Amino acid sequence: MFDAVFTNLPYLLGGFLTNVQLAAFALAGGLFLGALVGLGRISKRPWVYHPVTLYVNFLRNIPLILVIFWVYFVMPILTGRSMDPFISAAVSFVVFEATYFGEIFRAGFQTISRDLVSAAYSTGLTYRQTAAHILVPIAFRRMLPSLITQSIITFQDTSLAYVIGLQEMVRRTTIVDSIEVRSIQLYSFVAILFFVICFIGSRISLHYEEKSRKAKVL
Amino acid sequence: MLAYKFDWGVLWRQPYGEWLLQGLWMTIQVGALAWVIAFILGLLFGTLRASTWWPLRFIGALYVEVFRNIPFLVQLFFWFYAGPMLFGKTLQFKINSISGLHYYVAVVALGLYTASRVAEHVRAGFASIGHGQYDAVLSTGMTHLQMYWYVIVPHALRLIIPPLTTEFLTIFKNSAVAMTIGVAETTFMSYKIDEQTFHGLEATTGAMAIYLVLGMTVVKLMNLIETKYRIPGLVTR
Repeated sequence: MFDAVFTNLPYLLGGFLTNVQLAAFALAGGLFLGALVGLGRISKRPWVYHPVTLYVNFLRNIPLILVIFWVYFVMPILTGRSMDPFISAAVSFVVFEATYFGEIFRAGFQTISRDLVSAAYSTGLTYRQTAAHILVPIAFRRMLPSLITQSIITFQDTSLAYVIGLQEMVRRTTIVDSIEVRSIQLYSFVAILFFVICFIGSRISLHYEEKSRKAKVL
Repeated sequence: MLAYKFDWGVLWRQPYGEWLLQGLWMTIQVGALAWVIAFILGLLFGTLRASTWWPLRFIGALYVEVFRNIPFLVQLFFWFYAGPMLFGKTLQFKINSISGLHYYVAVVALGLYTASRVAEHVRAGFASIGHGQYDAVLSTGMTHLQMYWYVIVPHALRLIIPPLTTEFLTIFKNSAVAMTIGVAETTFMSYKIDEQTFHGLEATTGAMAIYLVLGMTVVKLMNLIETKYRIPGLVTR
């Protein structure tokens, strides 16, 4: 029943590995930049707050697929040479997902009491130390369910790198399908693979949500 | 820096400017039609998830989990390439010869996908209504169906207007994925301009401006609806 899938399994799974790698870059970069964006969104300094807010509101109104194209067109102009689709896609994902992670971090920062921050300053911590050792770790733990959910979305989004010709799983599936013409089994296979991973991810997110609810840390 | 000559004229020079506007019209059509499907199915499956009878709850949960955990691009390709094959050989060729098939597939696929997200908001809306209200309605002698139709659904819908606004915005953004099966919406058109002129940067920047304006218009529209259907006595901005 899955004959076309099995004969092309290494090729397809190789594409899936690209999705995983892209997601890893997107998450590492997106979380780091997202934490900074979140800090910018609660900043009291207008020259920090306004540009960051503009960046977030701008990108959240634009389809990811268009951002992928835009970065793909703008990168050669900035760097002066043609760009590998993987690097171009990774840059798009970091820039795009950082706005979504940033809003989650902001919500996390806003649950932290002002007294705690004052206490941190009174022990002599600088702003950077307070951010790195107090704000970000607490917000990260409190927002873990939302961060996992957004990570799942990011993982699903990596399939969109298809549009700039990246050899990820969906692209490879269309290539195999054009030779084998076994659309039902091929696309079902991709769907099941994504479903299993994302479903497990959503259960993990739910587990942490229940856990924090029971621990009554809100 | 590569010596790149900007040519912003591609945004209004004929026929490119017109292409972008045609793309916008297609984005609005696909998004709005898919929203009708998403809203109706989302309401249905969200209500099923709040049911007291577990088989109904299971159906609702199954729908939401399946459609939420598979990338929209994969769903779209499945319906477009594998969908017609599900009907058998003879019907398959008839379906594939329908003109504008990609357009219908895009609308239905986007509707089915967004319905799973709407269903989650509907469920959250039901959950936020206190148990006392359910009991009060049932004590007046209404049936379960009447309770949902006349009291719970209207109440929940008004509560979840803000998250639905976000979903309504998202549906226009997600409609851009339909370009991959050849639906000539805004992103598709900006890519087409790139193919013709090699000025993809200007074209995609123009497309971004179009999405921004569209997004702001939708927010304004939804704010009007939110004000009109505000529940008196609740905290508002």
